Amino acid sequence: MATIPAYGSAAAVSFNNYQTEGFYDELFDDNGQPRPEAQQLVGRINSLMPGELLLRQGAAEKLLLQMGITFNVYSDGQGTERIFPFDLVPRIVAAAEWSRLEEGLRQRIKALNLFINDIYHDQQIIKDHVVPHWLLADAKSYRAACHGLNPPRGIWCHVTGTDLVRDKSGQIYVLEDNLRTPSGVSYVLQNRLIMKRSFPQIFDASRVRPVGDYPGRLLQMLEYLSPSGVPNPRVVVLTPGVYNSAYYEHSFLAQQMGVDLVEGRDLVVKDGFVFMRTTSGFERVDVIYRRIDDDFIDPKVFRPDSLLGVAGLMDVYRAGRVALANAPGTGVADDKVIYAYVPQIIKYYLNEDPIIPNVPTYICADDEQRDYVLQNLDKLVVKAANESGGYGMLVGPHATPEDRLKFAGLVKDNPRNYIAQPTLSLSRVPTICGDHFEGRHVDLRPYILYGEQIFVLPGGLTRVALRKGSLVVNSSQGGGSKDTWVIED
Amino acid sequence: MLSRVADSIYWMSRYIERAENLARFIDVTFNLMLDMPANSNEPWQPLIQASGDHERFAEEYGRATQENVLKFLTFDESYPNSILRCLYSARENARSIREVISSEMWEQLNLFYHNVRNAAQAKDQILDSPIEFFQEIKLASHLFKGITDSTMSRGEGWNFSRLGRLLERADKTSRILDVKYYILLPNVSDVGTPTDDLQWQAVLRSVSGIEMFRQKYHGITPQRVVQFLLTDRQFPRAIHYAIVQAERAVHNIAGTPLDTYRSSAERRLGMLRSEFSFAEVQQIINNGLHEFIDELQQKLNDIDDAIHETFIEMRPVTTTEEVAAGQTQSQG
Repeated sequence: MATIPAYGSAAAVSFNNYQTEGFYDELFDDNGQPRPEAQQLVGRINSLMPGELLLRQGAAEKLLLQMGITFNVYSDGQGTERIFPFDLVPRIVAAAEWSRLEEGLRQRIKALNLFINDIYHDQQIIKDHVVPHWLLADAKSYRAACHGLNPPRGIWCHVTGTDLVRDKSGQIYVLEDNLRTPSGVSYVLQNRLIMKRSFPQIFDASRVRPVGDYPGRLLQMLEYLSPSGVPNPRVVVLTPGVYNSAYYEHSFLAQQMGVDLVEGRDLVVKDGFVFMRTTSGFERVDVIYRRIDDDFIDPKVFRPDSLLGVAGLMDVYRAGRVALANAPGTGVADDKVIYAYVPQIIKYYLNEDPIIPNVPTYICADDEQRDYVLQNLDKLVVKAANESGGYGMLVGPHATPEDRLKFAGLVKDNPRNYIAQPTLSLSRVPTICGDHFEGRHVDLRPYILYGEQIFVLPGGLTRVALRKGSLVVNSSQGGGSKDTWVIED
Repeated sequence: MLSRVADSIYWMSRYIERAENLARFIDVTFNLMLDMPANSNEPWQPLIQASGDHERFAEEYGRATQENVLKFLTFDESYPNSILRCLYSARENARSIREVISSEMWEQLNLFYHNVRNAAQAKDQILDSPIEFFQEIKLASHLFKGITDSTMSRGEGWNFSRLGRLLERADKTSRILDVKYYILLPNVSDVGTPTDDLQWQAVLRSVSGIEMFRQKYHGITPQRVVQFLLTDRQFPRAIHYAIVQAERAVHNIAGTPLDTYRSSAERRLGMLRSEFSFAEVQQIINNGLHEFIDELQQKLNDIDDAIHETFIEMRPVTTTEEVAAGQTQSQG
C-alpha cells in the first residue's frame, strides 16, 4: 500500500514554497503563479485548516482499500492487494485546450479506423506508397484471419485510450494510440467519486465537466453494434477472469452497465450463434465487449491452446450474428512503427493536417534513421514495436552503458521491431510528498468511444510517476493517478 | 442468470454463514466450559468432532487444547473450513460477481475479511481474550446479511444467496446440537441437574435463541430445546425454518409451484421439508438424536449436489452441434 506520510499530522500543506524547477507545470506558470484555470483550486487548498489535506489524502487511500479498488500481488499465496496510489491534487485542463484536444482525438480515431479497414481490404494506402509494404508483412499484431472482415457499422476501434504527453515547451503530443483493450477508465470514474467524497467543498466550486456518463455511453455504443433485427440486444463483457490484473475494471464496467460479466467458459457456440450458460439454459448473446486479446478469443482461429476464449466465435462474428468490440485485428494500429506513420495516414484518408502532433519518431528500419539512433542512444527513448506497460523500453539518459549496449544489439538484430524518440521532459503536477508539494511528471489518457458518433470523455486518466524525477507512469512501475478536471466553458 | 454467477452467490453466502457458525460453535464451547466442573477434561474435543475434520486436526495439532482448537478453526490458512479461509473464499466468490451484488455488500465483505486477516496477524492477542472477537464476527455477518436483504432485488441472485445461507445454517445448527450431545454423552447422570440446565442455556445462547425459546416454552428441558432447534417454524436459526425457506428460494428461482417439482433439487428439499413438518421430537430422541442428525446432514449434502446438478453444472452442448463439428472436421 502507498505510504501515508504524516497521517493526520497537523502540518499545513500549502503552495507557498512550491517550485516548478524549470519544468512545464500543469497548475503553475513559469513565474510560479497559478494558471487561470487553477487559481480557485490553489486558493482553496492554501486556505485549508492545517492537517486537513493530509487527513483527506489518508481517508482517500483508506476508501480505495475499502472499496477494493486494488490490484493483486500473488506472491504470498493469499493474494496481497495493493491500491493503485491516488494523489488528491487534480490535474486541470482549460476549456479551450480541451476542445482542441477533443477535435484532434476525433480526427485521429476517424483516420485510424479508415486505415484499419483499408489494411484488411484493398490495402490502397500501400499501393499508393504512403506507407511501405514491409510494414504489414512484419507487423506482429496484423491478423491475416481478419482479412476481408466487415465489422458491424464499419467500425473497428470502438474503445481507444490514447496516451498524450506534454513537453517542456507546452506542446502536447500523442505518445501511443492503444486501440486494443485500453484499461484505466474505471480509475477515472472512481477517482472522481473519491474526490467528491473526500473534498466536496473544493469540488463544489470548481466547474468540472462530469465523467459519470461513461458507462451509459459505452452501453449505448455497444448496443448500436448489435446485429440488425434484435429488439433487446444482450450485451456482455468478456473477461479473462478474476486473476487478470484489470479484472476490477471488467467487473466495474459490467456492473455500471448492468450487463453480464462472462468468462470464456460461460459462452458456447451452437447452431451458428453465441450463447451463455444460465441457470435456465442457453441464452443468446448479441454483443461482446471483450477484454481478451485477439490471440485468445477463439482457439479455432488464433492460439489453439487458449482456454480463455470461445471456440467458433470468429465464425459467428464473420456471419454477422454477434458483434465484437474492439474488432479483432484492430491492434495492428498499435504497432509503434505504424504509429510513426499516423500523420501521413491522417493526411491520406482525411486530407487534413494532424491537430495533435506525434512525438518525432525515428524508424530503425530506415538505414539513415537507425544510424542516428545508434549514435544517440544516450539521448533517446528506444521502444520495441509491440510492447506496452513500460516494458521493452530503453530510456537512454537514465540507462546504464550496459543497457545501451544491449539495446544497440537488439536494434541491429531486428531493426523493424524498434523505434526511437527524443526523451521528452514531461510536464508536472504538484503532488503530495510527505508534508509538502513537489512536482511529479504526468501523462494523460483520454478515452474515446466510436459508435454512432465519436465521443471523447472529458478528462481521462492522469497517471503520475510518483518517484522523484521518474518519467515512467505505469502502475506496474511505481505510477499512481490523479483526477483530471476539464473546466466547463 | 449465468450458472457460474449463481454458483458464486450461493457459495459466497454459504461461506459467510459457515464463518459465523464457527464463531457460534466456539462461543457455545466457551460458555459451556465456564459452567462446567473444573475437572472436566478436553471440553474442546467435541467441537473438533462436530467439525467433521477431527482426523486432520489430530494429525496436525494433536491434543484439543483451547489454543490448538482456536488456531485450527479460526486462523489456519491451510484448513479450508477455518474462519479465515471461509471469509477468503466468500470474498473470492464475491470478487467474481461484483457486478451483480451491491457495492455495499462487497464493501462490507471486503472489510470483514480484512479485519479477520489483520486479527490473524495478532493471533496471540486475540486468543488471550477471544470472546469479543467472535462476537464481532457474528455482528459482521449479521451486517452483511442486513445489507444483502436491504440492497438486493428479490430476483434469482438473492434467492441463490438465501439458499446457500439457509442450507449452511441448517447443517450448522444441527452440529451445534451435536456438540451438546457429545458433551452430554459421558455424563448421562447430569440430565436434569443445574449443570445440564446451564449447558442447554449455553446452546440456546449460541444460536441467539434464548429469549425466543423462553417466550415460547418458558422452562428449559432437553426435549423442548431439541424441539425448538429442530422443528420450530418461526425461529430463524431452527432447522425446520431454514428448510422451509430454502425450499421457497428454490421454487422462486425456477418458478415451479410449491408442492410440485421439476428438478431433483425441488424434490429432495420438498421431501426433507415434509419430514420435518410431521416430525415427532420424542420419537427422534428415542431413536437416537445423533443418528437423526447424521442422516439430516447427509440429506443436506444430497440437496447441495442436486442444486449443483440442476442449476450450475455446465450442461454439454446439444448433439446437433457436435455432429456439425465432426462433419466440419472430417471435411477439412
